[in-house]
Amino acid sequence: MSILQVSNLTKKFGKFTALDGINLEVNKGEVYGFIGPNGAGKTTTIRILLGISKATKGSATIFGKDAWKDAVEIHKKIAYVPGDVNLWPNLTGGEVIDLFIKLRRSKNKSRRKELIKRFDLDPSKKCRTYSKGNRQKVALIAAFASDADFYILDEPTSGLDPLMENIFQECVTEAKEKGKSVLLSSHILSEVEKLCDKVSIIREGKIIESGSLDELRHLTRTSMVIRAKKPIDALGELKGVHGIEKRDNSIYFQIDTEELDNVIRYISQFGITKLESAPPTLEDLFMRHYKGEVGDEI
Amino acid sequence: MLKLFASTGILSRSILRKDRIRIPIWIISIVLLTVLVAAVLPDLYSTGAERQTMAETMKNPAITVMLGPGYGLDNYDDGAMMAHFMLVFTALAVGIMSILLTIRHTREDEEEGRIEMIRSLPVGPLSTLTATVLIMIIVNIVLALITALGLYLLDLESMDLNGSLLYGASLGAIGIFFATITGLFAQLSSNTRSTIGYSFSFLIIAYIVRGVGDVENELLSLISPLGLILRTEVYVNNYWWPVFMTLGLSVSVFILALYLNSIRDLGAGFIPAKPGRRKASYFLLSPLGLSLRLQRTTIISWTLGMLILGMSYGSILGDLEGFLDSSGMIQQMIPDSSSYNLTERFITMLMTILSILGAIPVLMYVLKLRSEEKRNRTGNLLDKAVSRNNILFSYTLIALISAPIIQLMSVLGLWSAAIFVMEDVISLNILLESGFAHLPAIWIMVGLAVFLIGFIPKLTGLTWLYLGYSFYVIYLGEMLQVPEWMTKITPFGHVPQIPIEDLNIENILVLTLIAIALIIAGFIGYNRRDIEG
Repeated sequence: MSILQVSNLTKKFGKFTALDGINLEVNKGEVYGFIGPNGAGKTTTIRILLGISKATKGSATIFGKDAWKDAVEIHKKIAYVPGDVNLWPNLTGGEVIDLFIKLRRSKNKSRRKELIKRFDLDPSKKCRTYSKGNRQKVALIAAFASDADFYILDEPTSGLDPLMENIFQECVTEAKEKGKSVLLSSHILSEVEKLCDKVSIIREGKIIESGSLDELRHLTRTSMVIRAKKPIDALGELKGVHGIEKRDNSIYFQIDTEELDNVIRYISQFGITKLESAPPTLEDLFMRHYKGEVGDEI
Repeated sequence: MLKLFASTGILSRSILRKDRIRIPIWIISIVLLTVLVAAVLPDLYSTGAERQTMAETMKNPAITVMLGPGYGLDNYDDGAMMAHFMLVFTALAVGIMSILLTIRHTREDEEEGRIEMIRSLPVGPLSTLTATVLIMIIVNIVLALITALGLYLLDLESMDLNGSLLYGASLGAIGIFFATITGLFAQLSSNTRSTIGYSFSFLIIAYIVRGVGDVENELLSLISPLGLILRTEVYVNNYWWPVFMTLGLSVSVFILALYLNSIRDLGAGFIPAKPGRRKASYFLLSPLGLSLRLQRTTIISWTLGMLILGMSYGSILGDLEGFLDSSGMIQQMIPDSSSYNLTERFITMLMTILSILGAIPVLMYVLKLRSEEKRNRTGNLLDKAVSRNNILFSYTLIALISAPIIQLMSVLGLWSAAIFVMEDVISLNILLESGFAHLPAIWIMVGLAVFLIGFIPKLTGLTWLYLGYSFYVIYLGEMLQVPEWMTKITPFGHVPQIPIEDLNIENILVLTLIAIALIIAGFIGYNRRDIEG
């Protein structure tokens, strides 16, 4: 069942096209990673999903309802955490958490106490005294304390320490186990790799890659280090082999994942004494996409 | 020892650079106001008899509470009158200037983390405070000298060089004192907001203590720096000792501030921030409750402020008849109608001015939504199950409802002071009627604000311009004889002048309808546009 459905979403600010025909789909129980460089359009997309900005073209529906027209109805079952949490300096953290839970119309307040303890927040302090990380905790506690069905998290851990980041990941996992869905925009790729079932990469207002992590890995290259008894002179002429480097009697290179089989068959003739391979990381993928190489090479 | 103050010179220059616009604006405004009033007063009260009538008014305790004790009343000349009229209020303005400028470079820079960066450089721990106070001393000396020069150059017989220098020095001394006292509060409290709170409370208490002291007990006045500085009796006796005492006091306060600065950690204070509520009260948990809570202090202070403003106008009503007769300028300013006495005619203008001033807080309440949006806090509500109508309604409602409350306050203030000073008291009914007749005009201002929030949020500042324009044409329109249409393009120009004119229901209805139309349009726009944050 699809929770979020975005099709051909376009947003223009005057002449500038911020989003150019975005498509996204998040299903029930899915944790969906939404990654891309700064200014790519992640936050603009999320603001349209929240009904705070209006799309120029295309549609965005959550729970089958229109994100702009039915915003209030949708928000009863949504929890959102922004990357930059702006709070009222003269209210305490506890007051803001209560306000947020109440405005989301959640009845269940039992998790409030538990989460304040887990995230180690002092709710009696005024928000002006909170650091970035503590303001984020306030938003996270309010989000996970309410019984939402869909969590929209926009770089929610950018100010948290590693310990708190772990607790955040636990919270996301627990939500997933309960069958909730999550849209997670993040720059911390290890986090996305750990939590997400599917990923979309956005660049300059366009989705340039979408799919499960496994599917995306197919599009990238495996790094290899080999040592052989005989010189392998023609390696560079093989299809799908890139970046050959020779040092310390070893050969370092990358292979396009779909050419792996051919290359292994070929090099096996030369008396391999050492073979190491490293799977593509999301980081490699990310870097290649961000630098804009992918379109040129595939 | 010297290393405690390392780089003070560089920091001082950086403060000057940061405030290169702000400081001249403050100095020029204060000096201009002083010199303009000093230039105009002799024309308003050109004969000795007129000034003597004014001197009688000055003996009124209500006036003493407001302006300080009269002196040289037997031979009330221009200089004495000018100093009496202006010194306390100008001193208040100078105090406000010093407080705001000092906070910017002390606790505010510290809270924003800028001092931390500065302190990581080869800069002494006491350098920021010293540099700030140093600049404030220079600013106040410049202010004192220009004021003195400006007054002296008016070349009035009763305003000699010594007196003018003393007048300027009195202002400068008060400015320096409030810079040091703010510097002290910046050490004591641990955040910007309460530093502002303590400093302004000190200023207001100083004013009140002086007011009570001037009427009841001379000694009490001397405790207040504002009371002390009035003892200079500028242009009559020209005592310099209050200036030196104030400066001496400033030195001690500054040394205390430096000591406290030297023994505390960066970012800490001495008055502990008390822990707040761990849970929200039920009252807070709605957009309306939140809006009221955020503006609580503003709402309470303005409501009381309008009461006090009404009272201060009311306290002069008793001597009004004599005052009006002697003041040709004011006679020109108020509507001409022979069947009503001058007091009644004056009141119609007074009510309009009070209403325009009362529109300031009302506009602030609704425009708060715009500043919330600019600070990216509206999104906090909109991403919850809260409609845009709900949010806009909360702010509009507070503004609409506060308008009659504010009007009631100024009328009650006016009336309650008037019963003490007037022989023939104006009826409360007439005042109420006149005050409430202005409501539709105030609501139109609210409507304009809502309309702009809905359609052109970047231009919400236009409402202030429009209100300022209204004040200008109503206050000075008659005297400057501006064309009729200029008063008719502000809603305040359409309000019936009660008691001179009858309550015109039709007129009021039309104004109210315009207000409603603007508000509805604003809601439509607000539902259609992108929210910035």
